[in-house]
Amino acid sequence: MSTHLSERTEGGVTGSTPFIDEAEDRSIGTVDERLEAADERFYYANPWKLIMWRFRRHRLAMISLVVLALLYLGAVFAEFISPYTATWRAEGFQMMPPTKIHVFHEGSLHRPFVYALEKTLDQETFKYVFTEDTSTPYPILFFTQGVEYKMWGQWPMSIHLFGTGEDAPAIMLFGSDELGRDIFSRTIYGSRISLSIGLFGVLISFMIGIAIGGISGYFGGTTDEVIQRMIDVIISIPLIPFWMALSAALPRTWTSTQTFLAITLILAAVTWTGLARVVRGKLLALREEDYALAAQVAGASKARIIFRHLMPGFTSHLIVSVTLAIPVAILGETALSFLGLGIQPPAVSWGVLLKDAQDLVAVAQQPWRLIPAIFVIGTVLLFNFVGDGLRDAADPYSA
Amino acid sequence: MLVYIIRRLLMLIPILLLVSFIAFFVIELPPGDWVTTYVSQLRASGIELSSQEAQRLSQLYGLDQPSYIRYFKWIEGIVLRGDFGWSFQWGKPVGEVIAERLPITLTISLLALVFSWLVAIPIGIYSATHQYSLVDYLATFIGFIGLATPGFLLAMILAWAANQYFGFSALGLYSTEFLDKPWSMAKAIDMLKHLILPLIIIGMASAGSTIRVLRGNLLDELKKQYVVTARAKGLSEMQLLFKYPVRLALNPVFSTIGWLLPAIFAGEVLISIVLSVPSIGPLLLRSTLAQDMYLTGSIVLILSALTIVGSLISDIYLAWADPRIRYGGLSK
Amino acid sequence: MENANNVLVDIQDLKVQFFLHEGTVHALEGVSFQIQQGKTLGVIGESGSGKSVTAQAIMGIIPSPPGKVVDGRVLLNLPENGASVRVVNVTELPPSGSEIRSIRGKEVSMIFQEPMTSFSPVHTLGNQIMEAVRIHYPEVSKREARERAIEMMRRVGIPRPEERIDAYPFQFSGGMRQRAMIAMSLVCNPRLVIADEPTTALDVTIEAQILELLKDLQAEFGMSIMYISHDLTVVGGVADDVVVMYLGLVMEQASTNELFDNPLHPYTEALWRSIPTIDGDLDRLTPIRGALPSPFAVHQGCPFFSRCEKRIPGVCDVSRPPMVEVRPQHWVRCFLYTESK
Repeated sequence: MSTHLSERTEGGVTGSTPFIDEAEDRSIGTVDERLEAADERFYYANPWKLIMWRFRRHRLAMISLVVLALLYLGAVFAEFISPYTATWRAEGFQMMPPTKIHVFHEGSLHRPFVYALEKTLDQETFKYVFTEDTSTPYPILFFTQGVEYKMWGQWPMSIHLFGTGEDAPAIMLFGSDELGRDIFSRTIYGSRISLSIGLFGVLISFMIGIAIGGISGYFGGTTDEVIQRMIDVIISIPLIPFWMALSAALPRTWTSTQTFLAITLILAAVTWTGLARVVRGKLLALREEDYALAAQVAGASKARIIFRHLMPGFTSHLIVSVTLAIPVAILGETALSFLGLGIQPPAVSWGVLLKDAQDLVAVAQQPWRLIPAIFVIGTVLLFNFVGDGLRDAADPYSA
Repeated sequence: MLVYIIRRLLMLIPILLLVSFIAFFVIELPPGDWVTTYVSQLRASGIELSSQEAQRLSQLYGLDQPSYIRYFKWIEGIVLRGDFGWSFQWGKPVGEVIAERLPITLTISLLALVFSWLVAIPIGIYSATHQYSLVDYLATFIGFIGLATPGFLLAMILAWAANQYFGFSALGLYSTEFLDKPWSMAKAIDMLKHLILPLIIIGMASAGSTIRVLRGNLLDELKKQYVVTARAKGLSEMQLLFKYPVRLALNPVFSTIGWLLPAIFAGEVLISIVLSVPSIGPLLLRSTLAQDMYLTGSIVLILSALTIVGSLISDIYLAWADPRIRYGGLSK
Repeated sequence: MENANNVLVDIQDLKVQFFLHEGTVHALEGVSFQIQQGKTLGVIGESGSGKSVTAQAIMGIIPSPPGKVVDGRVLLNLPENGASVRVVNVTELPPSGSEIRSIRGKEVSMIFQEPMTSFSPVHTLGNQIMEAVRIHYPEVSKREARERAIEMMRRVGIPRPEERIDAYPFQFSGGMRQRAMIAMSLVCNPRLVIADEPTTALDVTIEAQILELLKDLQAEFGMSIMYISHDLTVVGGVADDVVVMYLGLVMEQASTNELFDNPLHPYTEALWRSIPTIDGDLDRLTPIRGALPSPFAVHQGCPFFSRCEKRIPGVCDVSRPPMVEVRPQHWVRCFLYTESK
C-alpha cells in the first residue's frame, strides 16, 4: 500500500532505464522491426486501454475508486441504508455515545446484537452516564421495518437495511447529538448534499471552463489576452472571503433546494478558472504540434482541428483536473456551511454536521460528534488518490 | 528588467479596477441593504421604525442612489482620499476599522507563509533526494492529510487539545489578563504563544502543497542531463544539489506565491473565526451577515489587492531568477 | 594492446547490471578493452549495446540505484610527477567520494550528446566552465579561472569569448553550445575525454566542424578520446581503433583501417550493409533482420544469435563465443573463427 502511495506521487518517475536512451533509436533497424510479438499488444493498444491498464496498476487509486463508488451509492440510497431519518429523534437518548455491537452474550457466541442503555445522572459530576443493561440482547435485524420515510422524496416506505426493530433500543453507530438524532443516519443523509455538491459544482465549472478555455485557445490574440487577465483577477480573489460574500447574498427565506443550487453555482463560479487554464494551455501547446499542422495542411477547419484532433489529446488531463477539483468544492461546501453561510438546517450536509459540533466543550465530552469530519477528510483523500492515479495513468506513452 | 517591472506595475491598474468592480457588485447582489437589515434587527428587538425614518437613514448613508453612482463615489473616495467608505455597523470609517485588524491578518499570513517554507523546503528536498525513504513516505502522508483536513477542523481539534492537555486557552490573541494591559514583554510572549496555533494550522496546509510541488519538481530536475554534467565535472553531491537542481526546483515554488496567498488569506479568515483571533476574518463574517457593504467590499478588495501584489513580487522574482524569462521579457 | 606502458584505461571483464522493478538488465556482460594514451578509440553499437554504460563506468557515474558494477575493473593509469604511475580502480571507489571526484573532470571528462540540456539553463556558461577549474584548482583565483575559461572558449572557436562568457546557454546555437561543452571538458586538461555521441543532435555541417575541432585539440593537448557513436562513418573519421559492441559485449576490435577493410563479425558486416554510400545503390541497403531482443533477456550463447545470418544452430546458441585474435591485432567474438582455427 505504501509503495503505491509514493509511486503515484511523482508521476511515473520510477524505473528509469538509463541505457535505452531515445536518441540512440535512430540507429540501425526501424522501430517496427524491433517490436517483439509480445510487445505488440502494448504498442497497438488504443490510448484509453493504456490508461486503464496503467490506472489498474495503482492499487491505492483502484481501492479509492471503489470506496468512493460505495460512498456515492450510500448517498443515493441514503433513506434505505440509514436506520433512521435525518430528523428522527430518540426521545431521552440525547448525546448518547456510539452503540456497541456485541457478539457474546453470557459467554456464548450470538448473532450481532445490542444491549439497551440506561441513562443515570452521575451525582458527583451532574452528567448523564449511559450504562448497558446486559440482561436482554437485541439482535440487529436486516431489511427490517423502521421509521417511515419517503424514498427519494416520493414513495413512502419503512424498510431499512438494518435496525433493531420495534420496541428495541435504538442502534446509533455514531452516537446521537443533543437532540437525540442519529449521527450515522445524518452523516449518510448529509453525504447526499456534500457529495453531489462537489460533483455538480465541478460539472458546471467544467462546462464553463471548457467553453471559456476553448474560446481563449481557439481565437487566441486579444480575446485570449482579455480572458487570461480576467482569470488572473478571479484567481487573485481569496476564495473563502469571495464565497462568503457571495453566499451571504442568498436570502434566508430560500428553500433548501434553492440554497443547494445557489451554493453549487457559487462553488462553480470560482473553480472554473483552473479548468479553463488547462484547456487553453493544452490547446495552445498542441496547436504547435506537427500533427495539428498536418491536419491544417490537409485542409481541416479550425473547429475540426480543435475538437477532432486536439481535444482527444488532453481529455485525460481534463478528467484528472476534474477529479482533483471535486474535493476542493467539497471542502468549500463544508467551510461555508460551517460558517453558517452554506446549507441551512434542517437540510443536512457534512458541513452542517460539523457546525453542530462547533462547540469545543461539547466535542470534548462527545468526541463522536466529530465522526462526520472523518468522512470529509476521507472523501477528499480518496478523490486525491484517484486523481493522482489517473494523472500517472493519463500519459499513456510515458515510461 | 526595469521596463518589465514598470509594465507589470501599469498592468496593475486595470486589474485592481476590475477587482474593485467585482467586489462591489458581489456585495450588491443581496436583496435589501444595510438599512433593511438594520430595520429588521430593530424590529426583532421590539423597536418599529417608520418607513419615513428608514428612508431618511437610506438618504443619510446614500443608499437611495443607484448602485453605479455609489460605486464611482466609493472608488473616487479610495483613489482620491484613501477613504474606503463608512461602516454602518461600527459607526466609523471603514479605513479605521480595517486598520485595527489588517496588521494582525498580515502578520499571521506572512509568518504562516515563512513557516510553511521553513517546514516544506527542507522536507521537500529530503523527500526527493531520499525517495521511498521513511521520511519521504511520512512527508507524503502529512502532505495528503494537510491537503484533506479542513483548516477550521484542525483548528477546533488543536484548540481543544491545547486546552485539554496544556490547560492553554488558544482562543483570542492574548490571554484575558493581558487584554487591557499596556505592551510589555510578558504580553508580547503571551501573544506569540497565541500565534503559534494559527501559524501551524495555516502554514501546514500550504506546507503540504509546497512539499508536493517541490518534491515533484526536484525529482524532475534531478533526472536532467545538466545534473550528470555537473557530476561529471567532479562536483560533490551536496554542492551539486544546491547549486543546480534545488535552485531550479525552487523557482516554481516561489513563483506561485500568487496562488498560495489567496489560500493563506482564506485559511487565515476561517481559522481566525474559529479561534476568535481579532483579525480580518471575524470582521468579514460579521460584516457580510450584516450587509455592511462598504466594509465587506473593502476587505475583499484589500485582500485581493494584496494577493495581486504578491503575485507581482513572485513574477519579478522569477524574472530575476530565470534569465530565459528576463531576456525574453526585454526582447519583446 | 601494442604497448602496455601506453595504456591509459584498462577495462577488464566489466559487468554492470540494472536492478529494475521489471527485472534485471544485464547491461554489460564482461567488457574488456583498453584506451591508449593520446589515441582515439571509437566505440560503436546500437541502443542498449552498453557503450554509454561503459562510459559511465569509467567516470564512476552509473546511476545507482538501480545500476551496479557486479564484477570487473576499470583501471586508470595516471602518471604522477615524472615516471611513477598511479593505478586507480574506479569501480572500487565510493561513487561520491573525494577520490573519484578528483578524477572526474580533471583526469577524465565527458562531452554529452545533448548540448541543449547539458548545461544548467539559469547559470551563465562562464560560471559553469569556471566551476570546473575552481573545483579542481581551488588555489586558482576567480579572475584567473575566468581567463582560463575565456582562453579555452577562444580555442574551441567561440567568437568574442570575453563577451560570450557571460551569456546563458539558451543564447547559444546548438553547435556553439557543443563547442562550449568541449571547452568545459578540456579546461582542466584531462588525460581522457569521453565523447558520448557529441554530434548526434547537430546538423551534418556542424558535425564535421566539431569532429575537425576534436582532432585539432587532440593534436594540441595530446589527450585520449573515447568516441562513442552509432554511426560507423563518423567513427571511421576520427578513431585510431574501433570497438564494436552488441548487448553488453565487445564483438569485434581492431584498428580502424583493419576493421573497415576486413570486417569479420557478422554483426559488423551487417552494420556495413545498412549504411548508405554516396555512390552506392540505395535499393540494396539491407537492414539487420529481426529486432533487438528485450533488455531483460539473458543470453546463454551469442547475443546476436537471433538476428545473425551466419548462425550455426546448436553451437552459437549454446555457449558464448570467446574473443579470438583472428588476424594480428584483430579480435572477434564469433564461432565462425574459432572453428577454423
